[in-house]
Amino acid sequence: MAEALEAEALLRDRRAVRALIADLAAEVGDDSFRIMHVCGSHEHTVTRFGLRALLPRSLELIAGPGCPVCVCGTSDIREAIDIAKSGAVLATFGDMMRDRTPYGSLQDAKQEGADVRVVYSPLDAVKLAAELPDRDVVFFGVGFETTAAPVASLFARELPKNFSLLASFKLTSPAVAALLDAGGRRLDGLVCPGHVSTIVGARDWARFPADYHMPAVVSGFEPTDVLLATRNIVRQVRAKEAKLGNEYTRLVRTEGNLEAQRMMRAAFEVRPAFWRGVGFVPGSGMFLRGEWEGHDARERFGVHHEPQGLDLPKGCQCHRVVVGDIYPPQCPLFGTKCTPQDPYGPCMVSGEGTCYIWQRFGDPRVLRDFQERAS
Amino acid sequence: MCLGVPMRIVEVHGDHLATAETFGVRRRISTALLVEDAKVGDWVMVHVGYALETLEYAEAMEILDLLAAVAKEDPQWQKPSA
Repeated sequence: MAEALEAEALLRDRRAVRALIADLAAEVGDDSFRIMHVCGSHEHTVTRFGLRALLPRSLELIAGPGCPVCVCGTSDIREAIDIAKSGAVLATFGDMMRDRTPYGSLQDAKQEGADVRVVYSPLDAVKLAAELPDRDVVFFGVGFETTAAPVASLFARELPKNFSLLASFKLTSPAVAALLDAGGRRLDGLVCPGHVSTIVGARDWARFPADYHMPAVVSGFEPTDVLLATRNIVRQVRAKEAKLGNEYTRLVRTEGNLEAQRMMRAAFEVRPAFWRGVGFVPGSGMFLRGEWEGHDARERFGVHHEPQGLDLPKGCQCHRVVVGDIYPPQCPLFGTKCTPQDPYGPCMVSGEGTCYIWQRFGDPRVLRDFQERAS
Repeated sequence: MCLGVPMRIVEVHGDHLATAETFGVRRRISTALLVEDAKVGDWVMVHVGYALETLEYAEAMEILDLLAAVAKEDPQWQKPSA
């Protein structure tokens, strides 16, 4: 088949991965490096390909806030539940169904008779509205820029009058800045999310080298992508440099996707947003502009709930997992009270949640190692 | 839902819609976000049914050159001839 897929396959070729690991291990030596990524798909790459088991222990690859389901406030989910129970059709991504709140989950609402439907694409929700002209159809849109941009494009054309949006969209780089501003443990560099960067551009991460003297490298999702970005950061740290890099040039432009940015500006305004387990982060939320009031589900249904505290169930350590303060096996609930089959905290719900990924795909040696380090 | 899937455009329908294929799976996608119009044969990264960007094969080859330099001592490693 076609060349693009062949190239992607070669980027996960075990010989290339092995050679790159050896190369990186030699460059790291015994020195400590703490490098954070902020993307569930990067955590997939690191964990599924067992990179932590292959790399030197002193090179830490840390998962930061990179899972939109994990950081979606239960107040937003409660708004969705209220809307669904009011008789409207509530369409959302499958991952949102099992996220629990003190008021139940969307799955519970569906079992109690509410019309909750799982869609793959926001386009499917609009199609649903066209097919059901007598019903109110609400799309509960949760995600980062990669989801916000497609949803924004819906507002560039005429929408069915019975369609509205419950927006829970977040910008990633302001959250990383807030994390660094909060202090905490040392970080040496940032592996920037490849697909978010297709929208916002590599340049959206330029503030980290500029303001924090922190190397930032946009990376793709094959294991060699992540290893090359990591090596780039290690080299910069060694040379006491802090530059913006783009390893994912096959997809990411410096300026990003200007058409997508234009559509996002037309549909949304940026305001502070609540991140579950973190709190309010300035300039990190995208909400429908006033002129779209008729399609704003919060206005249309008069629902509004405020988040409370860290918004986590008792004993849950997701607030520490989400910011990379601990690894999942260091939470006492991990794999015992909290499993992918029966998730207790939000990081175990979604396929992009750090705990879910570690529980499903984690190398047993790495899990044991981190459990031992915790005790 | 943040999952990106590289797909090749096999048919362009107009009105910012196209049919794209990967590993034999075909689905209708939106090309509304693309800066340049999508053409048959283009590779795009698809998220939630939308093409976010076009994949540049030439750029992928540059990465493969980097890898080839690292893995050159391995006789089995071979970059595809473009």
